[in-house]
Amino acid sequence: MKREEIRICVLRIEGTNCEQETFDSFNRLGASPEIVHLKQLTGKSSENRKRDLLDYQMLMIPGGFSSGDYVRAGAIFAARIKSALEDQLRSFVERGSPVLGICNGFQVLVETGLLPGIDEIMSPVPRAVLGTNDSNRFECRPTYLVNENEGRCLFTALLPKKKVVMFPSAHAEGKLMFPSDEEEKIVSLLDDEDMVVFRYTDSIGNYADYPWCPNGSVDGIAGICNSIGNVLGLMPHPERAFFNFLSPEWTRRGGPNEFGDGWAIFESAIQYIEKKW
Amino acid sequence: MVVAEVRIELKEGVSDPEGANTQKALELLGFSGIERVRSVKAFEITLSESVGDQKEAVEEMCRRLLANPVIHRYSIEFK
Repeated sequence: MKREEIRICVLRIEGTNCEQETFDSFNRLGASPEIVHLKQLTGKSSENRKRDLLDYQMLMIPGGFSSGDYVRAGAIFAARIKSALEDQLRSFVERGSPVLGICNGFQVLVETGLLPGIDEIMSPVPRAVLGTNDSNRFECRPTYLVNENEGRCLFTALLPKKKVVMFPSAHAEGKLMFPSDEEEKIVSLLDDEDMVVFRYTDSIGNYADYPWCPNGSVDGIAGICNSIGNVLGLMPHPERAFFNFLSPEWTRRGGPNEFGDGWAIFESAIQYIEKKW
Repeated sequence: MVVAEVRIELKEGVSDPEGANTQKALELLGFSGIERVRSVKAFEITLSESVGDQKEAVEEMCRRLLANPVIHRYSIEFK
């Protein structure tokens, strides 16, 4: 499939943010992103604006505070997606199309049951949660992450193993938790199945607790993928590290307009789609 | 009309930074003897009489949106 034919659905509702940055990232790579309101997929818009999820090659759920983060972060967005698009979303993931959820998008993927997605595409009820940060604060700063994935996750194909990247974090509810009586078992299963994608580290790549890990997430996990490897959720924002000039360290990292750490996530997805279809 | 009061609370053992922080703030204000503060979320849902099985309807609301079973338990009381 040609790069410019790759259609990417950047999904928005009230309160999402960073959809423009995400759009710009895919656009810069030569793909064809489109910012789509959820109503356009559920048929509640005018005829000429209606869209079909299955016409896209990739679904991107951006960050923000969808529906004001009322009830729970991401819960309302997830419930609305699931009530109208459950079957389509299931087919979308089953056929191998990439789904990326950043920040609030990760919370949405967990609330829909698409993540962790251990032995099912989508669980009927959530199997994990992104809870309030241990600090009970909105934590907003650059964070270091190490690429833990050995090859399952399609989004890190171009990122060397164990490479440390810096993506900004900006969230109040980013603490990944599983049911407490099974937490250890689930984490080791995720590790064994190569479904852990990023862990928080200090600046030289050692696993580290707060403040390096902004939220108290179980085992310092920042991002996970499903068992197929085509659904990735992470709390930090790769689209806010797409260009070098977005990094606070850019003067030490080459020209401002060169690609930054976040580039690999988007480019990996595009290359995967180019090869697959 | 019937009013359902839904109470969403954290399961025992789940950390509650909001409660802990509130306790700290209260202690900073000079209140002493506080053993524990737990945060709880409540919704008051008014249903019309035409809703058949009201208890089942509200439970379905908890399952589909209001609670996440990983960390929450919920209770429903009709007023």
